[in-house]
Parts: sequence; structure tokens; C-alpha cells
Amino acid sequence: MSEILVLAAHDGESVKKVTLELLTLARRFGEPAAVWLGPGAEAARERLAEYGAAKVYATDGEGMTDYVAAPAAEVLAALVAQASPAAVLVPSTAEGKEVAGRLAVKIGSGVLTDAVDLSPADGGGAPVAEQSIFGGAIVVKSRVTGGIPIVAVRPNAVPPEAAPGEAALEQVTVALSDAAKGARITERVIAERSERPELTEASIVVSGGRGVGNAENFALIEGLADRLGAAVGASRAATDAGWYPHQFQVGQTGKTVSPQLYLAVGISGAIQHRAGMQTSKTIMVINKDPEAPIFELADFGVVGDLFKVVPQLTEEITRRQGS
Amino acid sequence: MNIVVCVKQVPDTWAERTLRPEDSRLDRASVDGVINELDEYAIEEGLRLAEAHGGEVTILTMGPEKASESIRKALSMGADKAVHLVDDALEGSDALATSLALATVLQRTGFDLVILGSESTDARTGLLAAMLAERLGCPQLSLASKVEVDGNAITIHRQADYGYDKVEATLPAVVSVVEKINEPRYPSFKGIMAAKKKPVEVLSVADAGIDPAQVGLGAAVTEVVSFSKRPPREAGTIVKDEGDGGVKAAEFLAAQKFI
Repeated sequence: MSEILVLAAHDGESVKKVTLELLTLARRFGEPAAVWLGPGAEAARERLAEYGAAKVYATDGEGMTDYVAAPAAEVLAALVAQASPAAVLVPSTAEGKEVAGRLAVKIGSGVLTDAVDLSPADGGGAPVAEQSIFGGAIVVKSRVTGGIPIVAVRPNAVPPEAAPGEAALEQVTVALSDAAKGARITERVIAERSERPELTEASIVVSGGRGVGNAENFALIEGLADRLGAAVGASRAATDAGWYPHQFQVGQTGKTVSPQLYLAVGISGAIQHRAGMQTSKTIMVINKDPEAPIFELADFGVVGDLFKVVPQLTEEITRRQGS
Repeated sequence: MNIVVCVKQVPDTWAERTLRPEDSRLDRASVDGVINELDEYAIEEGLRLAEAHGGEVTILTMGPEKASESIRKALSMGADKAVHLVDDALEGSDALATSLALATVLQRTGFDLVILGSESTDARTGLLAAMLAERLGCPQLSLASKVEVDGNAITIHRQADYGYDKVEATLPAVVSVVEKINEPRYPSFKGIMAAKKKPVEVLSVADAGIDPAQVGLGAAVTEVVSFSKRPPREAGTIVKDEGDGGVKAAEFLAAQKFI
């Protein structure tokens, strides 16, 4: 069975959930081999094995984590030459897509981004990726027709499923080119030390919009999110107004999320916003305007004042969790 | 400083966008074209850097004749000149081919800094800046929410969930920006008038020295197998808050096993 390279997303200690999702998808086509840059591969082996990694290629050489994207692209290109994989899967995050773009140029392959599913093609050939475009209005199935397919898959595309693998550790040595060392990360500035899950990875996202009214009121959204173990998002209206940091913007010009549950609070649901959340599995809406287009997407909606509904909801969840 | 801003004309995101049934490609004819929203931030940043450090801002666009509308808008914002790569041979180019075509032009025109929006609102692949950097062999500074140039050194704030990373490089470089970086200016009347006289170099594939076999639909290494309209979501349950909206919402969450 041919190998499928999976670029592992991690923070040096723990494996990010999207990595387990990619391993789950990779098993549909071949033997997943995780590619781990930087420290921590040894410790992560067990977790990767649990989700079916047959191999773990690890490289902790000089500079692997000092530069953005370029080292990962060089390591993957070297492994593609060495292992002739049937496909390369990366997370469809800003950084993952950057790696994919560079790798595609290096190995002359086609690349698909933002896949929400990946299935074997009828009669073999490159896997078929499902993408959701134009703000979620159209579902497209596409495939790579040239080179070794590179597919960037959105976090939360599939639930991770455990299946035992060997996770045989193989150290690889790649000397980074000067070109890969062009953009050096000199400082990590942590403005928000948050215990919340990462926005694109979270299973539940609670977002606030114009209806929230000001920055202070976002505490309501955060309070509800924390009860649910959710990430906090915001509509463009809210980030443009400076009520919530821009990196949490969900929408056409912000992040795209597909959580199990998306709660839109005080968000009208313009195309700008829908483009970033329409593929969520379950959508709940709280908005005082019954005509708000966001209700068209709602599996459950409450027409009402968010300043009454949200505190009551938070309280009711607390009560239920307590019992 | 020689600054080139890559600009794409895209269908207006407020309109209903669709694919053509015959070839699964974006139906551009039925929708108004506008400058890709994120590119306006790239243009603004280019103009600010040129104002602060001296130099010229060139707009580079690949696209059909109609894309000249977006070039005019960029020039009326204050860019100095433009290059418009337009050729039927380019139709249907995927990201790999587009990056090849643009990189070929950039190598020809020369640059200290290439600036792009972080993605286009139509294809949304977000691949182009990385592909250009790879092809041009220069550093990429991506997701920039702040750009500082000092002589040959460039530093950006790369947006992250936890805050930002400071990333440093030496020019020439490719920068992609997020909308937090600035507030794009509106073209002034004077700017609109001046734009009419600004030079726009129109290049064909042959003029630019691009191998026609490596671009366009024929060279594409990705294909659409099929597409369909997303089936409308099944109508959900909408309740009016009568003092128990929060409790009812919690009941729904419990029934769905979220709590």
C-alpha cells in the first residue's frame, strides 16, 4: 500500500486534533506517515500510533521551527523524492496552505485547498476532494491531475477515528537551503493567553456580532463559550468596530470554521459572515431580528434580546452541568 | 523602493456567484467585477511605504480586458503605473500556472517588494503569495498586520491566534497582508482624473516571455469533477423568546448532546 504523507500540526508538545483527522482521512487511501518538524516527535509517537500512523518521519535539525512554512516545504519535498507517496495532506490553515503552495512549486504538483472531505476516486486515481465555495453556496468535487496530489484539508472535516498503527520513528536529516531561511521568526508576542481551543480547530464556536454592542459585552459571549468549552469568534462588524481582536474574525476575509456546533449571537448573517461558517454541522442563532438572514441557516433559533437569552442559556447550561 | 502590488479582479461577493455548467468555471460574465477586497489593503500598504520611503508603486494584474477597471481604481488610489497581463492563452490557469505567469513578469519588471492580499474572495486558495515567493526565491512575510522597512531590512507582525510573531527578512521580499493592517483610502476626484493619464503596460503571454504551454486550461493540474448547489439546510426550529428562550436553547443543546 502506498504511503500518504501527513504534515503533523503540533505545538512542540501535543498533537493538534487536525493531525488526527488527517491521519483518519489518509487511511482511506494508503498508509499514513506523519511528518514531524521540530522537537516532540518521540513523545507524540503514541498518539500518532493510536490514529494509524504507520511511520513518523521526524526532523529536529537546526532552524526547523525558526522560519515560516519554508522548512516544512523543503522537508516534504525531500520525503516526496524519497518515499514516492500517493498524496500529501496538510491542514488547511494559513500556514498549512503556505507549505502546500511552496511544495506544489517545488515538485510541480497540483494542489487543492479547503477540502472538507476526501474520498477515493471511482476506479482509482487521485482522491476526490470536496470543497465548499462562494460562501458555501456551491459544493465542488475536484482532483489533482498532475503530479503527486497535495491536499489542504480543513480542520473538523471528519471526526478522528482511532486505528492502531506502528508509528515507526524514522529520523530524517534535511539541510535547509538559504532560501528557506529568508524569513526568520524573531519574537513570539503573546497578547492573549487563552485556555480556549483554537478557533479553527474547536468543536464548538460561539460568535458575537454587531448586536453585542460593545467590547465589554463580549464578556457575555466569552462566558457562554467557556461554559461550552468553545472558542470565541466575531463577525467583521464586531472586529472592525474594535470590540474583539481581528484574528478571531469568522468570515469571507477572516477565518473559516466548520465546528460541530456554531452559535451565532447578534449576527445578521451577511454573505461576508456566512462564507466563514456555513459548513458548520449544527447552527444555533440568537438574534432579535426575525428577518435576519442567519435564521435561514439555523437548526435552532431564538428570536429575542441576546442580553436576556444568553445569560439565561449560560445559567441553564451551568445548572444542567452541575446536576 | 520599487513596490509591485498584485491585484485581482473578482466577482462582487454581494452578488450570487456560480460556476458555468459547460466547463465548471467561474461565471464571470454574469457578475460585476470588483477589486479583490483584500488587495485594497495591499495597495494602501504599498502607497504608505512609498510615501514614507520614496519609490514607485506598480499594479500588476493578470486577467481579461475587463480587469482594467480594477487597474484604474488602483491607479486612482495613487499607484504610479500598472502592468496588465492579458491573453486568451491564460484563461483557465490554476494557481500553479498563475504564479508562474506573474513570477515571469515580476522577474522582468524587477522589484524590491511584492505585496498581495492574503487571499482572493473568489477562489480563496491563499496560495499565490507562497508560490510567488518560492518561484522568485525570496522570503515570504505572510499575514502581515504591520510592515516596517528600514533600509534593506523588513519586519512584519504576522498575525496569530495568540497575538503575533515578529518576522524579519531582507529585501527583496513578498508580503501578504490582512485587513487589520490599515484602512484603504478612497480615490479622490483628483486621483481619478490623474489615473486616466497613468501608464498601463499591456502584455501578452509572448510579450512577457511566458511559455504558453505552461499556462491556461491545458496546463492546469487540478480539475473540477462535478459541482452542485448546496442543498438548502432543512428548516430549523425557530422560537420566539417569551422569557424562556435561553432554557429552550439549552434543551436543544442537551437533546443534541452538546451538553
